Amino acid sequence: MSDSALHAAAAPGQSSPTILRHARHVVSENPVTGFAFALFLLIATCALLGPHVAPYDPLASDAAGILQPPSLKHWCGTDQLGRDIFSRVIVATRLDFVIALSSVVLVFAAGGLSGTAAGFFGGWTDRIVGRVSDTIMAFPLFVLAMGIVAALGNTVTNIVLATAIINFPLYVRVARAQANVKRDAGFVLAARLSGNSEARIMLCHVLPNIMPIMMVQISLTMGYAILNAAGLSFIGLGVRAPTPEWGIMVAEGAANIISGEWWIALFPGAALMLAVFCFNLLGDGLRDVVDPQRRT
Amino acid sequence: MLSVLAKRFVTVIPTLIGVVIVAFLLTRVMPGDPAAYFAGPAATPQSIAEVKKSLGLDRPWHEQFTRYVSDLMHGNLGNSLSTGQPVVTELKTRLPASAELTLSGLILSLCIAVPLGILAAMKQGSWIDHICRIVATAGVSLPVFFTGLLLVYIFYFRLGWAPSPIGRLDAFATAPPNVTGFYLIDALIARDLETFAAALSQLILPAVTLAIFSLAPIARITRASMLAVLASDFVRTARASGLSTRTVILVYAFRNAMLPIITTLGMVFSFLLGANVLVEKVFAWPGIGSYAVEALIASDFAPVQGFVLAMAVLYVALNLVIDVLYGVIDPRVRIEG
Repeated sequence: MSDSALHAAAAPGQSSPTILRHARHVVSENPVTGFAFALFLLIATCALLGPHVAPYDPLASDAAGILQPPSLKHWCGTDQLGRDIFSRVIVATRLDFVIALSSVVLVFAAGGLSGTAAGFFGGWTDRIVGRVSDTIMAFPLFVLAMGIVAALGNTVTNIVLATAIINFPLYVRVARAQANVKRDAGFVLAARLSGNSEARIMLCHVLPNIMPIMMVQISLTMGYAILNAAGLSFIGLGVRAPTPEWGIMVAEGAANIISGEWWIALFPGAALMLAVFCFNLLGDGLRDVVDPQRRT
Repeated sequence: MLSVLAKRFVTVIPTLIGVVIVAFLLTRVMPGDPAAYFAGPAATPQSIAEVKKSLGLDRPWHEQFTRYVSDLMHGNLGNSLSTGQPVVTELKTRLPASAELTLSGLILSLCIAVPLGILAAMKQGSWIDHICRIVATAGVSLPVFFTGLLLVYIFYFRLGWAPSPIGRLDAFATAPPNVTGFYLIDALIARDLETFAAALSQLILPAVTLAIFSLAPIARITRASMLAVLASDFVRTARASGLSTRTVILVYAFRNAMLPIITTLGMVFSFLLGANVLVEKVFAWPGIGSYAVEALIASDFAPVQGFVLAMAVLYVALNLVIDVLYGVIDPRVRIEG
């Protein structure tokens, strides 16, 4: 990575085609990654434009048209209040996406920094960070998330926080392992020799070099973060009732499943599944591009 | 062997201390004043002060912590606000239901995932390998509560094969006499096949839901570790010595491939114990997960915190068992340990 970064700095025109070619190679070898990327664009569009492209108001109830099966008028049917499920599923994308993304960004910063510091400095830093992440790992993760949200208060912010905390050990582990390897690399020795402080070496030299692998981690944990947030709202934590969100919509449809109104829970559930599936595939594909040795 | 066990126990102690500290913090970071909360909505400042004193909230932090730990030592997790029952009793009576469900799910999943992974590794690139890959990718993407609902719709509403999802037994059946708390085993002990069948029919769907959820990591790691082992020298030697494929795979290869699988079980348990909460809610299963969810909705915090702590201790214990198993299977670990 440090080599290609050097090349990129010296001759951007020469290096970027290599990456592009490599990416094209990965996509052509594994068309699934291309599919996942298309799916990601769709999800991102829904998240950005959601309320503008939805055919109905996601909150508008219609007493005359409750529990209608999917039809041309309502593509995914209506729920027990007559709200259009298709619109609700689309509008919900933004909230689910934002919850997952902000928790992942939060843990990326916190876990990435402390993991890098642990791997780079070793000693006490390493012991403390290791102890903290071991303690988190000692809990079944979803259960810990429940406990955190219950203790801190039942809000969306706390869902984000809880999701970030349970992902912390994963990021620490990856960053620590990478920083540990880079610690004695030539460019670090050179930076030290030219009089950079240790903190500066870590932030400006080691951290940028472990970024690519951390980015893969983001994509791999996005799916898990979405699942976790939806699971929490399924049991009634975080997002409150009228707000469209996939987990809570499945929960609302759960009661209707046993009387045969399958569409209320199916469509939000399917959207949730597709989103998680998309991020998992994307993460695998990204890993192939960035870290070819771990290709399976 | 005993000294190895003792050493393993010692490594658990710092983890347990960490768990207790986190559990203590969770009880103390509640927004607002816990005393006002426990005193109820109609409390006067005087009664709040009294509650504060009785809860020990007016003491310094370290004293509160000591008190918390000594309560834990006496098995006191506080009382539930909504039922008035001690949390420990409720957890104890509900634990067998959860354990029966989780273990059935895990066993089912092992029975499918391990052979699938072995076959996929033996016939790399065949259709069974592709099935394994699809299972491994799709399985991790399925929200467990969604799978459960789909199964209910298909097998209860459409096909009518499964009973309605309302807990461990339908309303007409009586629970078997309590020996282990596991209805399946208790019914067998009482030689009551009718109850056994009733309990089994209630258990199948939630157990399958959990199994689908945990298939993916087990199948994936079985395939990967079998592939690595099959490429090794000792397997080649065993084959060259003319041993049958069956002996080579099951005795030589699989025993070595089991080590990573057992390690993964630790992670699988973490997922299962969490997924259990969601599955219990979907199937109205009267386990500790649905107890915690009911308490959460009623803003009743003592049961939730008791539940989190109990799950963490259970999980630490399971990991300890996994460690010991590791030593049983791999003599090298025993010697080094």
